[in-house]
Amino acid sequence: QNKSRPHSRGEYNVYSTFQSHEPEFDYLKSLEIEEKINKIRWLPQQNAAHFLLSTNDKTIKLWKISERDKRAEGYNLKDEDGRLRDPFRITALRVPILKPMDLMVEASPRRIFANAHTYHINSISVNSDHETYLSADDLRINLWHLEITDRSFNIVDIKPANMEELTEVITAAEFHPHHCNVFVYSSSKGTIRLCDMRSSALCDRHSKFFEEPEDPSSRSFFSEIISSISDVKFSHSGRYMMTRDYLSVKVWDLNMENRPVETYQVHEYLRSKLCSLYENDCIFDKFECCWNGSDSPIMTGSYNNFFRMFDRNTRRDITLEASRESSKPRAILKPRKVCTGGKRKKDEISVDSLDFNKKILHTAWHPMENIIAVAATNNLYIFQDKIN
Amino acid sequence: MFVRGLKRKCFDGEEDIEGTLAGIKAIPSYNLQRQSLLDMSLVKLQLCHMLVEPNLCRSVLIANTVRQIQEEMTQDGTWQMINTQSTGQTSLDRLVSTDILCRSSREQAEGKQVPGYGSFSKDFEDDQTQDSSETMSTSSSVQAPRNMQSNVWEMENPQESRGNFQKSLDQIFETLENKSPNSVEDLFSEVDNSYYDLDTMLTGMMSNTKMGHCDGLETFSSPTTATSNSNCKSDLNELDHIVEILVES
Repeated sequence: QNKSRPHSRGEYNVYSTFQSHEPEFDYLKSLEIEEKINKIRWLPQQNAAHFLLSTNDKTIKLWKISERDKRAEGYNLKDEDGRLRDPFRITALRVPILKPMDLMVEASPRRIFANAHTYHINSISVNSDHETYLSADDLRINLWHLEITDRSFNIVDIKPANMEELTEVITAAEFHPHHCNVFVYSSSKGTIRLCDMRSSALCDRHSKFFEEPEDPSSRSFFSEIISSISDVKFSHSGRYMMTRDYLSVKVWDLNMENRPVETYQVHEYLRSKLCSLYENDCIFDKFECCWNGSDSPIMTGSYNNFFRMFDRNTRRDITLEASRESSKPRAILKPRKVCTGGKRKKDEISVDSLDFNKKILHTAWHPMENIIAVAATNNLYIFQDKIN
Repeated sequence: MFVRGLKRKCFDGEEDIEGTLAGIKAIPSYNLQRQSLLDMSLVKLQLCHMLVEPNLCRSVLIANTVRQIQEEMTQDGTWQMINTQSTGQTSLDRLVSTDILCRSSREQAEGKQVPGYGSFSKDFEDDQTQDSSETMSTSSSVQAPRNMQSNVWEMENPQESRGNFQKSLDQIFETLENKSPNSVEDLFSEVDNSYYDLDTMLTGMMSNTKMGHCDGLETFSSPTTATSNSNCKSDLNELDHIVEILVES
C-alpha cells in the first residue's frame, strides 16, 4: 500500500474553478431551473485532458479540462499583441516557437445533453464501455451516447399512468463497473433493482430484486422514510454493491437478493429522534457513501460534520470530524464519539448537542490512494494517510 | 370539571407515569401524537405545493406516511372521532411532541394497552378518546358535548370520510404534476398568514436545529379559518377545505 512516493505537503490548492451551469427558465412551466449541481462523474482519462460530466436538475454537460503551460510566439499572420498583420507586409516566414507560461487550466463545455428529463436528475453514471452513460431522475432512466446530444434512450420508466398511484420513486442509479449491460437503481422504498439491457429495450422488468425484509418489531410511521436509499455504489471488484439509507450502510452480494451481507449503523442514536428529524426535514437528507480502492474500508457522512468509516475486514469503525478546529495541516484526526445515554465522558458529545445543520452528504475516496475528500457545507476537506 | 377525582375506567396493567392523572397532562397519548404527525405531514405537503417545483421524492414519502396514518386510524376507528375536533384551538392542542411515535411498534403496543383511562363520560367508555380527556387541562370542555353529538353522527359515515380523505390526498398529489403559476397565486391570496409563519418557523428550525420539540409549531394556528360554520360535517372536512384551496385554479 505504501509505495514510495514524493513527499507531499498535505495541503491542496484550487486547481481550477469554472461555472458549469447557469440558472435557466423553463417557459412552459414558468419555473426556474436551479444551477445547483447535483452530481459530478469523471470519465476515464484517455489523454492529457480530463473529462467530467456534471448535472443539475435537468441538463447534463460534458466538460473538458485541459492544461496549458506553453504559448506560441512568432506567428506569421499576427503580431505579438494579436493584431492581424497585413499580408502584403510579410516578407519572410518564420516558425513559431513554444515558450513556457504560467499554468492555465481551461474548462470548456464539449457536449450539452438537455431536454430529456421531466423530473429532477439525481444520478449520472458512466458506463464501462466509455461510450455511454445513464442519467436518472425520479421516475425515468435514460441512456446516452457521449457523442450524441440530441437523442437518448429511455431504459427505465416507473411513472404510473395515473400519478395519483405514485408511491415509489427512483433515488439513485449506477452502471456495473465491468459489465456494460448491467446497471442498478434504488428506490424510495429501500429496494434495489438490477437490470440487464440485453434482455429488453425497456428495462422495466428487473433481473434481480434486492430487498431486506422489514423487522416488524421496529416498525414505525417513519420506517419507510428511513428505508429510502439515498445512494448506491458498486464495489471496485463488481461483486458487491453498497446502499445508504438514513441510518445505515448495507453491503450486498450481487448473488444474494434477500438480504445484505453486512449492515453498518451510521448513527443509530438518531432512531429515537426520528420525529424531530421529520419535523425539521433532516430525515430527508440524502447521504452518499463510497468505497476505498481495495473495497475494504467504506465511508459515509453524518451530522455535526462527522463522517464514519467502516473496515469490512477488521469490523472496526471510526468517527471523524471535518472541521477547522480539528483539521490543522498535518494534524492527525482524533476519533470522535457520540454519547448515547447515561454519563457523558470527557471527549464525547451528546446527541442533543449535535448540530444538524452541519451535515456531510458528499464524500469521495481516491480510487488508488488513501486520500479522501469530504464536503462540509461550504468547505472541502482533503485527508490522507499519515506520511512516515 | 374533568380533572380531579374522576374514577379511572382503564385497563391499566400499566405502571408508572402513564397511569397517573398527573401524568396525563405531561405525556400526550399515542393517538394525540399520531394526529399531530398527521397534521404536520399535511402541512408539509401543502408547503410543498407552494414551492415552485416540489421535491417529488420528499412529497411521495410524506404522502405515504399520511396514508399509513390514515389507514391505521381507520382501523382503529379513531378517524371519525378525531376529525370532529377541528377548531383552531384543538389544532393547537393536537400539535404536541411526538416522541412517542419514535418508539418501536412493540413499545407502542405495550403502551396502547391503556386506551381509555380518564374518560370524562360514561358514554365514551369504550371509545379510544383518551386524547379528549388529556386535553382537559386546556379547553376540551367545549368540545366534549360536541363530540358526543358529532361522534355519533360520524360513526354512521365512516366510508364517506375515508373516501374524502383518499380523494383529498389524491388531489393533493395530482397537483404535484399539474402545477401552474396561477394556482400558486391563488394559494397565496387565499391562505392565512400563518402559513408564512409556519414556513419561517420550519426554516428557522432548520437553521438552528437542535433536538427541539414541536415548540415552534405551537404557534401555528389553524389554516381553516374559512370553516366558520358550526356544522360538524364541514369540520370533518378540514382536509377537503385545504384541498379546495389547492385545486382552485
